[in-house]
Amino acid sequence: MTSAAEIVTQVERDDVRARWLLSAPALLIIFFAAIGPLFVMLAYSVMVKGDYGDVRFGELSLDGWFSVLFQRDIFDDTIGLADAHLSIFWRSVKLSLITTLVTLALGFPTAYFIATRPPHTREVWVFLVTIPFWTNLLIRTFAMQEVIRNEGILNTLMIRLGVIDQPIQLMYTDAAILFGMVYVYLPLMVLPLYASMEKLDFRLVEAGYDLYATRLRVLWRIIIPLVRPGIVAGSILVFIPSLGAYVIPRVLGGGKSMMLGNLIELQFGAGRNWPLGAAISITLMAMVMLALLVYVRNAARSGAQHG
Amino acid sequence: MRQKLRTATAATALLAFAGMAHADGELNIYNWGDYTSPELIKKFEQAHNVKVTITDYDSNDTALAKVRAGGHGFDIVVPSANYVPIWVKEGLLLEARPDQMENFKNVDPRWVDVHWDPGRHYSVPWQWGVTGIGVNTKVYGGDINTSAIFLDPPAELVGKINVAPEMNDVLYATIKYFGGDWCTDDKELLRKVRDKLVEAKTKWLAMDYSVTDKLPAGDYSAVYYWNGAIMRSRLANQDIKFGYPKEGYPIFMDSVAILKDAKNVENAKLFMNFIMDPENAAMVSAFAKYANGIKGSEQFMPEDMKTAPELVVPAEFEKAGEFLEACSPEVVDLYSRIWTDVQK
Repeated sequence: MTSAAEIVTQVERDDVRARWLLSAPALLIIFFAAIGPLFVMLAYSVMVKGDYGDVRFGELSLDGWFSVLFQRDIFDDTIGLADAHLSIFWRSVKLSLITTLVTLALGFPTAYFIATRPPHTREVWVFLVTIPFWTNLLIRTFAMQEVIRNEGILNTLMIRLGVIDQPIQLMYTDAAILFGMVYVYLPLMVLPLYASMEKLDFRLVEAGYDLYATRLRVLWRIIIPLVRPGIVAGSILVFIPSLGAYVIPRVLGGGKSMMLGNLIELQFGAGRNWPLGAAISITLMAMVMLALLVYVRNAARSGAQHG
Repeated sequence: MRQKLRTATAATALLAFAGMAHADGELNIYNWGDYTSPELIKKFEQAHNVKVTITDYDSNDTALAKVRAGGHGFDIVVPSANYVPIWVKEGLLLEARPDQMENFKNVDPRWVDVHWDPGRHYSVPWQWGVTGIGVNTKVYGGDINTSAIFLDPPAELVGKINVAPEMNDVLYATIKYFGGDWCTDDKELLRKVRDKLVEAKTKWLAMDYSVTDKLPAGDYSAVYYWNGAIMRSRLANQDIKFGYPKEGYPIFMDSVAILKDAKNVENAKLFMNFIMDPENAAMVSAFAKYANGIKGSEQFMPEDMKTAPELVVPAEFEKAGEFLEACSPEVVDLYSRIWTDVQK
């Protein structure tokens, strides 16, 4: 005889098992396609590099991790900071931060504009924002090149108008990379900003004006705190892909101004140093995690304020 | 009416049949971008009833990495001379014995007993050329037969130079610039080489490919690049001139080889034999504007290539050219560390 309690535990156990079974396909995919490769990367980063790329399996070495930050001088074997890598890290973080700030400055008014249109036209505006996604990133980047090259549209136009008499060197500069990234990632800022502005209760804005608040004060004390989750989400969405950008610095930076994505590619290609490439990739991921942690903490705090 | 309809049906059936017949053989070529003559491929397709697919790569390392990873589906690859021994050593190439093929007799004896493939057991010549200087003479009118153009650039060219992102070519020119020999491990000299490159790079605009489009358009005013690409630039813009660095310049050759895991080995062998025919070799050259290694192909070449200053090396600069041998692993390691320092 089975007691009622045993039946209950049996049912509960079945229930738990059913849940695990139902989620098993998704969990398996996550494990093999998302977490598994990370372990491969981790394993590669602690092995000895092969002569022509790849690694020597089973031979462990921390050289890859060592050379992320340090280097032995080629000529006298003294150990120093790897300033090549540090300058690339710094350029990546700097350009990504500037990209985030510029897209925020451009995206905020855009999102505000869309959110204040009559409801039936908003969809059209949002639709317009998503149009660039229809074209492949690579093609858009090459199109950008046609705009800013020395004999490109921008320089030709400015010379014709008499603004300048020599073409300005835009291609292959940090400014070109920045220009490209702002253009490509702007929609990623506008959409989350719009999503939180759409929920904004504009009666609160009116109330602010009724209480004699200036426009700046309304913006600062009412609008920004309320759309803050959108600002944070947009910034994260722009900052993370900027940090790992590959195509844009490759095409617009001319292979001379590298970012992290290009440094990693170099190690897996001509550099033939896969362990270092793997170690830098993991470092990049750690930086992204850090950015996400800031986001989560911020989200928690804003949740506490309004919830 | 009925007659017409029947004819139309028959024609359609014939077309379908022709289409099917056309696809009964395949060949997948993995070659450098902008390097394969479409006319040559069309001729090969028609002659042997084979459907050819071409995939591009931009560097020896890209090609090596992709093929090593497996699952690529390519039959033919075109590595540079100093990479052929690596491909062989890694067991990636098929010993196709092109030296026993019918058209092998056409190969210029100069290119038979080459150090990277003695006796040509694996590969046949595709194209060869030199790495030199291309300058837009409207921007700079001085002597261009020197590596100083990109190592100690004149003021007019600062910030307008593109250098091929190829470790061996760049290091060779710089080592020669300081009077050293290829594969040297003289640390004093190499330190000078490194410091010079790091300093010179601040005066360059880019280290990129796609010169054939950007040099004539004025995006670059000077390049250290391959002669064929510079010739194509000159054909698009008469102000471009080619210079042979008198301090020393590298000679390269890319060779066609069959991959060990090729699926269409017979077609690949047909292709090898096909390009050793002088008339076909001339088509190879006519497109990319580099010389090939096939005797008798000159008579089929376009007129402008026979006298091109980029291809006919002047006697005074002949001695300065050198084929780059593969250095020992220790030296390669040293060189690639210098190169990483330069590329940062």
